[in-house]
Amino acid sequence: MGLLHRHQTLLILAAIVLVAALVASVSPLVVERIVIDTLIKLVMVVGLSVFIGNSGVISFGHTGFMVIGAYAGAWLSMPPNVKQIFLRDLPDWLIALQLPAIPSLLGGALLAAAVALVVGLPLMRLSGIAASIGTLSFLLICNIVYSHWTAISNGTGSLVGLPLFVDVPMAAGAALAAIAVAWTFQESSLGLRLRASREDEAAARASGIDVALLRLVAFCLSAAIVAVGGALQAHFLGTLTVGQFFIAITFLTLAMLVVGGTGSLSGAVIGTLAVAAASELLRLVEGDQQIAGLVITVPPGVRDVGLAAIMLAILLLRPKGITGGRELVLVSRPPRRLAPALDMTSRERTE
Amino acid sequence: MTAALQLVVDALSVGSLYALSALGIGLIFGIMRLINFAHGEFIMVGAYAAMLTAAIWAPFAVIVAVAVALVVALVTERLAFRRLRSSPPATLLITSFAVSYLLQNLMVLIEGARPQTVDFLSALTRSMDVGGVRLPWINVVTIAVTAVLLTLLAIFLRRTRFGRMTRAAASDFRMARLLGVRADRVIAIAFALSGLLAAAVAILLLAQTGTVSPVMGLQLALVGFVATVIGGMGSLSGAVLGGLTVGAVTVLLQSLLPAELRPFRDAFVYGLVIAVLLVRPGGLFRSAAAMQERV
Repeated sequence: MGLLHRHQTLLILAAIVLVAALVASVSPLVVERIVIDTLIKLVMVVGLSVFIGNSGVISFGHTGFMVIGAYAGAWLSMPPNVKQIFLRDLPDWLIALQLPAIPSLLGGALLAAAVALVVGLPLMRLSGIAASIGTLSFLLICNIVYSHWTAISNGTGSLVGLPLFVDVPMAAGAALAAIAVAWTFQESSLGLRLRASREDEAAARASGIDVALLRLVAFCLSAAIVAVGGALQAHFLGTLTVGQFFIAITFLTLAMLVVGGTGSLSGAVIGTLAVAAASELLRLVEGDQQIAGLVITVPPGVRDVGLAAIMLAILLLRPKGITGGRELVLVSRPPRRLAPALDMTSRERTE
Repeated sequence: MTAALQLVVDALSVGSLYALSALGIGLIFGIMRLINFAHGEFIMVGAYAAMLTAAIWAPFAVIVAVAVALVVALVTERLAFRRLRSSPPATLLITSFAVSYLLQNLMVLIEGARPQTVDFLSALTRSMDVGGVRLPWINVVTIAVTAVLLTLLAIFLRRTRFGRMTRAAASDFRMARLLGVRADRVIAIAFALSGLLAAAVAILLLAQTGTVSPVMGLQLALVGFVATVIGGMGSLSGAVLGGLTVGAVTVLLQSLLPAELRPFRDAFVYGLVIAVLLVRPGGLFRSAAAMQERV
């Protein structure tokens, strides 16, 4: 009972994903594609929350890891004859190599984590705002490098012919795995210490917590998860361009996280679902005939204006998001008797 | 010698625009600890305003651009940032990101996503030849306007009551409030100044390129961040120096990098930010003097 009680949030979140997957499997293709797309966004946002949620540092750079994961996934998964056309300048062994779906995704995650380690090593030493600007610089560098280094990316042209292996079970499986990893990290001693530093950095340092190191661990882990999201997105659409992963998706994923509440994993999940639902509704209002079509539609603006307005409304009216930094629970813990002063802090904790 | 002189003129004129953008961002950061993503959109709406009225009469277009950028800056402050004033910097940062995205897409709704061109003060793009140095008039005007604006701003900040209030708030907002500086007023002044600077950038940029697009502000806002980081966040003179430095580095890289690396120029500039953040987190120019005096 104790274990079940402690991890009930994980079970609730997993149930939400499973219900979404079940709905998708009995729905028409249009709805199925919307659900898959949302599950992929869920992977990205859960990945983001591993870093932003636990450390409290805003990162604009994670879209860069989507690019890295998506292209690395493509290098590994595409058939050699297609790579001969688009990615002639890759090393020969990489052109000859063709891996199945899951190893390709993991390859992307591994590369992203390695890059995150190299980039994060200096960046995580910086204070909050400086680190945010640093991550933004990282995103821009990624964008420029992948747009112009044609040997690895076909430049600003698109890669086509990626194997379309993302179906409902795969998207749902990835979402479940991301949630499980994020939850495990959050509940581990590392996660707890990192969240302590989020609440009060000075106090955390004074208690002997190595904030920079913990941020670095979270940065790498979240980079890996986000990279899987990027690779899934690319293999869901079958085409890949650098422009796909820039400001628009940075905004969308951050909006999802903020709307749900950055302080908890449940916030990431609920925010993703809420913003995805709002986004689809806005798309209907927009009268866009190509609803979640097989190509990415470029909406003429109403959707983006609406999403920005929703995000601003949440920031102004409920800055801690829908969940207010709490996790979803069915049975709440019996209130513990604490001294009044301590009670204040315990209520502000995410639990 | 002439080549070096040419380089200096180019660097100064590019750096001038960057310095004006950086100053607009640095002014608000100094007071509110807000990294204002939306500054790029202040520039963007100013440029659209000038574009739409350019056909009537150029000076009129200039006035309209200033008025529109000013109003948009003040309205954003009133509607979005005022309520969040006491929020943590991360919330402010993400709010300004949302405001920027909102303004950008509102413009997409109104004017469409595609870039538009206009004939605005295009006579200025002609060059004059001074001892072998090719001087486009627009570069001279850009440098001159920047110099005048910076001088006026320095006088305003040093000599007037409002200016002193603004500087006091930038150096210690809480202390300034305790001493009777009205927070609402001083922040509104900062946003008005920042809108004014944005309009100046919009007008100079429009005269230079003749093109507007909803995403045109992004690049300048980013350069503005870069410049404020390099100059030391919160220091106004640092922001100006940072802008000039970024301009100089950009122009130098453009002429020094081998052709195959030239497309990566901006990646080097952004890499420089990370390097500066690491080596001198306080900024390149945050010497003892800069710590004492702001502008």
